[in-house]
Amino acid sequence: MAELGSFVLLLALALSGYSFLAGLVALIHKQPGSERLSETARRAGIASFGAVFLGAVVLVTAALRNDFSISYILHHSNRDLPLPYKFATLWSGQEGSLLFWSLLLSGYGLVLRLRHKTDVRLFAHASVVIAAVQVFFLLLLNFAAKPFAVTQGAIPTDGNGLNPLLQYPEMVIHPPMLYLGYVGFTVPFAFALGALAMKYPGEKWIHITRRWTMVTWGFLTCGVFLGAHWAYSVLGWGGYWGWDPVENASLMPWLTGTAFLHSVMMQEKRGMLKTWNMWLVFGTFWLAILGTFLTRSGIISSVHAFAQSSIGDWFAWFLVISLSVFTFFFVKNRSHLRSEHKLESLISRESSFLFNNLLFVLACFTVLWGTWFPKISELVQNRKVTVGAAFYNKVTIPVALLLLLLTAVGPLLAWRKTSFESLKRNFLWPSLGALAVGIALVVLGVKPWNDVSYFYALIAAMLAALVAFTVISEFIRGGRVISRHTGQNLGAAMVHLWHRNTRRYGGYVVHFGVALVFIGILGTPFNREAEKEMAFGDKMALGPYTLLCRSYTQEENGNYSSDLAIIEIFNGNRQIDTLYPESRFYLASQQQQHVPAIRSNLKEDLYVVYEGQNQDTGRPIIKAHLNPMVSWIWIGLLVMVFGTVLSLVPNSAPIRATARDSVEAGVHVRPAPVGAGD
Amino acid sequence: MQFLSLHARGLDLIPALLLGVLLLLGAGDDSARIDRLGHQMMCVCGCNQILLECNHVGCSYSTRMRDELTAAVTRGDSDNGVLQWFIQTYGTTVLTVPTNRGFDRIAWIMPYFALVMGIGTVVLIAGVWRKRPPVSSGPSSGGSSSGTSGPRSGGSSSSSDSQLHRFREQARRETEL
Repeated sequence: MAELGSFVLLLALALSGYSFLAGLVALIHKQPGSERLSETARRAGIASFGAVFLGAVVLVTAALRNDFSISYILHHSNRDLPLPYKFATLWSGQEGSLLFWSLLLSGYGLVLRLRHKTDVRLFAHASVVIAAVQVFFLLLLNFAAKPFAVTQGAIPTDGNGLNPLLQYPEMVIHPPMLYLGYVGFTVPFAFALGALAMKYPGEKWIHITRRWTMVTWGFLTCGVFLGAHWAYSVLGWGGYWGWDPVENASLMPWLTGTAFLHSVMMQEKRGMLKTWNMWLVFGTFWLAILGTFLTRSGIISSVHAFAQSSIGDWFAWFLVISLSVFTFFFVKNRSHLRSEHKLESLISRESSFLFNNLLFVLACFTVLWGTWFPKISELVQNRKVTVGAAFYNKVTIPVALLLLLLTAVGPLLAWRKTSFESLKRNFLWPSLGALAVGIALVVLGVKPWNDVSYFYALIAAMLAALVAFTVISEFIRGGRVISRHTGQNLGAAMVHLWHRNTRRYGGYVVHFGVALVFIGILGTPFNREAEKEMAFGDKMALGPYTLLCRSYTQEENGNYSSDLAIIEIFNGNRQIDTLYPESRFYLASQQQQHVPAIRSNLKEDLYVVYEGQNQDTGRPIIKAHLNPMVSWIWIGLLVMVFGTVLSLVPNSAPIRATARDSVEAGVHVRPAPVGAGD
Repeated sequence: MQFLSLHARGLDLIPALLLGVLLLLGAGDDSARIDRLGHQMMCVCGCNQILLECNHVGCSYSTRMRDELTAAVTRGDSDNGVLQWFIQTYGTTVLTVPTNRGFDRIAWIMPYFALVMGIGTVVLIAGVWRKRPPVSSGPSSGGSSSGTSGPRSGGSSSSSDSQLHRFREQARRETEL
């Protein structure tokens, strides 16, 4: 199998190399026959997907068949590993995850090349860029990180097993989501570079890439949040975001990608920010590669990082080359990117997008700076420092709150300029509602003057309420207008409203989801925890709950042995649940892992960890966290995904109506489309 | 009288009560200090977790470090003294954040500097954009309008229709409904 796998990867490299070179030659030499050459390049690109797909199938099959003659399978699987995790072996190690990356990229390339008739020349340019990136990854797979390298010496009867931290259901979907996001941003980047290189007229490339970008952003969002949920459910420290360099690596392209999703509207509607959008989409692609470089090179220490290896040098060179190529085309063709309109007012949608982009990019810079500062410090003063959560919280929370404010305000500002009357009409009731929420929280006991974290929580709650109220008021106001004209009830009218401009109203739903996420996060300052050595019958109180240690038990299967605590949960005198926190010992890898038990509701999570035994007394230690509002983060994610899906639905056809008022006024006007602008 | 006697006896108890309260407060202070300082330090085992949140089974560092922290606080070392002792023993990476001294201060300054520079740049750009004339007054979508000339005066009915169509398109795009 190893030979077959190696062969198909070599074949994929040859096909991608041909796709790149032939495509490039066809674009440069516009002679008779170049179209046919371009077509062969396109077909080679399509065929490369088949080769990479076959390579991935071979690796997964080897995992399923326990073929430990392949070194990668030996180190990342074992016989008793459950089937889904054997499938996940594909992305659980360095070489496999690079193959998976290559598979996704060739998959995106396949779709792009099959849809080439949308705009043959632009797609040919984008196809060449995709092929170039694919060549890089296939070079890695063939020469630097070989997934089909054979095991040296005698082949062991069993493998070393999968990292225990990865043996969790979400690890079957979290990495694919994240990678779909990372890799997906190659597509808008490819179109952007193609459009820049060919001086593509107008903004059609933006229209073409809009869905790619939104789908990609949706995947990346899922990936980032599923990673947070995995950390929460598996790592056992009671939190979901530790500002680890690898977490940061996933957040950075998300931040710039989100900025791009907003600023691209300025280009579509007003012909502005063309240069900025080019750099933003390149930056997002570049940061995705940089994140991979961070995790693969070992240059920044992280608990998530893959083993240190020489492929960091490959990524460093790729980053330099891609930056150089993009800069070359930008300098060469920058005159093509001049803005078409002027800014008419500082209180306008355009301004809100400018500040929105500033804040997103600033947040990205802050995360990048914090991630790299230990290395910079080492270079400058020859000593490492730690840049932990306290740094990021202090620096990024104000930026995040300003972004939340813009999330509420921005969508209600008009293009060009916004009148005071319009501001009053749009913001009066949402602002009063947000104020009422703030007052209610203070009355309920949130004292912002006691601690700065309470202050932030209060502000976040008010701003989240402002976002939610503005979104709801927008739906209601638009729905009423439709309802008046069509006679539909308000609910149907709001659906109608969304269908006329799915991107706008889908976007509002995403904003609503963001507000829910913030509601989940703002509970953090109110977290509580307790820890106790608990023998049978011992009790521990935490908030309204009493934890009673009923018993301890053991279980074993071929993959791991497990110590479980049986903890009964009481609220007052009433037993409401029984939790089973575990401490597992994975046999193949000889590693121990806590598996917390979580009782979750909309108000709070009771998070119980069996921390093992006190080495002196031999008594089991139970740690419990009471984390308010956490569920709202995951609910917010679902709403964000729902909003993204809503915004991907094509708009309904514009309603064609005669301008009756104009006719009545004596002006003859042809039927004109109304609505459907986005 | 009996009331006064009880009152006097109560007064006698006040110093003892105050001493008890002070002792309790001291105990509370110690645990609060340990909690605060323990959250300003990392476990150095490589887990990248806060010292008091490290939950590795059999972690070879966190238990010892917690004991050292408790001992330092109990013997009355100042916050700075405790942190310095840990830095001397485990290196500067033991602190969760860079200090506010020397080169480390740049870590804190840079994000705010970037914010100020960013706001300045946006305001500058906005100012420049407000003053400049538009390159084109036509709509910009669909790849068809870049470089189109502005509204023309007079002309045939077809050019009026074309202008009207362009302005309709522009209005449609910019009004969103």
